[in-house]
Amino acid sequence: MTDIAATAPAHGHADHAHDDHDTPGFFVRWFMSTNHKDIGTLYLIFAIVAGIVGGVLSGMMRLELAEPGVQYLGGWAQMLGGAGDEVAGKHFWNVMITAHGLIMVFFMVMPAMIGGFGNWFVPLMIGAPDMAFPRMNNISFWLTFVAFIMLVGSMFVPGGSGLGAGTGWTVYAPLSTSGSAGPAVDMAIFSLHLAGAASILGAINFITTIFNMRAPGMTLHKMPLFVWSVLVTAFLLLLALPVLAAAITMLLTDRNFGTTFYDAAGGGDPVLYQHLFWFFGHPEVYIMILPGFGIVSQIISTFSRKPVFGYLGMAYAMVAIGVVGFIVWAHHMFTVGMSVNLKMYFTAATMVIAVPTGIKIFSWIATMWGGSMSFKTPMVWSLGFIFMFTVGGVTGVVLANGGVDTALHDTYYVVAHFHYVLSLGAVFSLFAGFYYWFPKMSGRMYSEFLGQLHFWIFFIGVNVLFFPQHFLGQQGMPRRYPDYPDAYAFWHLISSYGYVIMGVGVLIFFANILWSLAAGKKAADNPWGEGATTLEWTLSSPPPFHQFNELPRIA
Amino acid sequence: MKSLKTPVIKVLMAAALSLGAAGAGQAQTATAPAEAPAATVAANPGPVVAPVEAPAATPVPATEAAAPAGDATYVPMKPTPGVGQPVDRGIDFQQQVSPIGEQAYWFNHVMLLPIITFISLFVLGLLLWAIVRYRAKANPVPSKTTHNTFIEIIWTAIPVLILAVIAVPSIRLLAAQYEPPKKDALTIKVTGYQWYWGYAYPDQGIGEYVSKMLTKEQADAAGEPHQLAVDNRMVVPVGRQVKLIITGADVIHSFAVPAFWTKMDAVPGRANETTFTANKVGVYYGQCSELCGVDHGYMPIAVEVLPVDKWEAWVRSKGGNPAGPAVETAAAAVPAPAAIPAATTESAPAAAPAAAPAAKN
Repeated sequence: MTDIAATAPAHGHADHAHDDHDTPGFFVRWFMSTNHKDIGTLYLIFAIVAGIVGGVLSGMMRLELAEPGVQYLGGWAQMLGGAGDEVAGKHFWNVMITAHGLIMVFFMVMPAMIGGFGNWFVPLMIGAPDMAFPRMNNISFWLTFVAFIMLVGSMFVPGGSGLGAGTGWTVYAPLSTSGSAGPAVDMAIFSLHLAGAASILGAINFITTIFNMRAPGMTLHKMPLFVWSVLVTAFLLLLALPVLAAAITMLLTDRNFGTTFYDAAGGGDPVLYQHLFWFFGHPEVYIMILPGFGIVSQIISTFSRKPVFGYLGMAYAMVAIGVVGFIVWAHHMFTVGMSVNLKMYFTAATMVIAVPTGIKIFSWIATMWGGSMSFKTPMVWSLGFIFMFTVGGVTGVVLANGGVDTALHDTYYVVAHFHYVLSLGAVFSLFAGFYYWFPKMSGRMYSEFLGQLHFWIFFIGVNVLFFPQHFLGQQGMPRRYPDYPDAYAFWHLISSYGYVIMGVGVLIFFANILWSLAAGKKAADNPWGEGATTLEWTLSSPPPFHQFNELPRIA
Repeated sequence: MKSLKTPVIKVLMAAALSLGAAGAGQAQTATAPAEAPAATVAANPGPVVAPVEAPAATPVPATEAAAPAGDATYVPMKPTPGVGQPVDRGIDFQQQVSPIGEQAYWFNHVMLLPIITFISLFVLGLLLWAIVRYRAKANPVPSKTTHNTFIEIIWTAIPVLILAVIAVPSIRLLAAQYEPPKKDALTIKVTGYQWYWGYAYPDQGIGEYVSKMLTKEQADAAGEPHQLAVDNRMVVPVGRQVKLIITGADVIHSFAVPAFWTKMDAVPGRANETTFTANKVGVYYGQCSELCGVDHGYMPIAVEVLPVDKWEAWVRSKGGNPAGPAVETAAAAVPAPAAIPAATTESAPAAAPAAAPAAKN
């Protein structure tokens, strides 16, 4: 795919200036950045920090759920400045589930996938010097940052029966309107507004960059699949987020200005909110997973030393998933009281998504077929991704059946399903991408031993954590409960043990990052050998501050 | 069909509520006409015949008056261990006691579960095979194959076929779930509150009563699972279809009973309808299944399924009339003219359909 020799002269960080592009000082470089790689790094650091916050929250939840009864909630609520009574404690539970969901979706997975890897590697892979709108790129990041601060801040202001917004990440009316007094929910809504605006700006930036800044010869049908995945994702963002913005703006006016968009007493409808939310929310789940598809495609091809099998099918499967993703939203609302015809339609449409997803799974396997595979850390994460995403995908097919969903809706089965596709899908692809590109981004090799150890411990941990939740869900355990009947205790305890195992895996990951940054071997320009054919591997590791001053030509 | 937003239903429910609130005994003449127009056009005083027998069953001497039903007194039933509630270390669905539940369980168990297990293992097998067969040592020179139209068509077409095979029973299940209720279905109005449930039996004249969770001590004392046990259960007769009209009073709740394969959101401003038929006597628990605030986890549902005579005794103990106005009309047709001259013989047939469509809506 690449025949370029154009490696821009390497600028050391402290190098003296090129005439037009200086390397800025610390503050200007990191706080006023217009460099796609620096902004990508900021996004990745941000996502890791947010991931720690969201992960600690889930650890607190698993601790509380480890055994029946409410043990810790009141104390935690008090520690964060609230009342220490039972009500404040139970409210804090709802705050935790809300914050965990919002943080992991908007401030961990999305910034890492799109802001982090997208910013870093889309320009590199298409042979562009930077993003199309470098300053808009900067404001995207800082809006996301402020949104995160707003969301975390909302946990410390009154939100009805305690501090913080306890509405669930879905913010359903009327619980989020008449059901939650105080500024916390308003702050959470503003936070979503800002995060949404940031994502829309980012999406515009990516679309413009990919359409206009490809190097000569880099036709759309030659673009690496990761770029394709970001392009499709950017369109999903651009079309879905304005709907969310509208929906939550109406929440705000319902809350503060006496409108009744979602209040039946005033002619509105609480179910309208759910339709709007899920019109955004379902594409959102593909926003979170599509870049992961792209990352995994690059890695499988690299480590099988074989081009991606069925490239066009892979690219257009993502387009198909994106398109169909917009017309299946009401399967999140099967129990809301829809007509039977609507339910039949959404059942059928939802199952259709399994087809392009299946094409992707089989194409990845076919890419390996006949290949010459080596099992470096990024590859084992990708293999884990394929299997775990398949497991999460097939439970999605079960849930797609409106008649079966009656029993499983809002139970732990759903929790297990979406954690299999996200915690074991999206997150596996993030780790895969991180290990794959870490040498390129940092200029240092990670520890292969720690990387493999991280994989195996994390893999065991998340499966112990989430697989028993299928059982809980089939038995009827509802979501978002701080306490449960004794019969559920066994699997909840196992699940909490799984969290501990996973946590050990994450600690190994951090140890690996720190060790590698401090003492890792210097990375070659292309540490992965002939299988790595995309343009970023033709640059130095780390790449120069500005690359492709002379555009590469693609044969 | 299921989500009923028509004004007719709202009026009906208002009428049903007022009927319940007024009590079955004394205020019949006032409430019965109030219900009739709401139900249909039959503003005929036909339903009024109901009170003729109702007063006998109502106020103080209820127990003696109810004697003909046999078993006179209602004693809350003990749950059967392992039925109608989760079981320790359980991994499967709860035992299903309704026809829909059995159909859905069969669909999942005979089709979905084997298919998804097979697909998962198939993908795992392919991965493992590729890992062994095409590792660098075993296959040092990678092939250059990048596409194969035939296999791509195959792996598109086969999933389509599998999904089509799944879709048939899936759509059939949905259709069965949404079949209109039978005429003799027992109507119960369910209202979700923060954080308890309210149940009313408009046709039996049982006004809304409240169902709250028992504390752990109370549940233990009653020999029931805590977090599931409630003070006042929903009580239904075995084998008779039950039609639930579900709404929310403040925020959205969701009425769910796993053993019946039943779940329906309680949305403020909407009257959602769902049905179930419990084929086995027992106590069946469920829990609120839509986040509704602080005590979302503490508003369980308990449905007690009783033999018909015991259920009737329960209705009487609540001051209601088990037969309800619809059936009552025919039975009480003879005394009716005595009570109200206007109620001629035509009024009885008129009254029966009058109540029936109301229940069906």
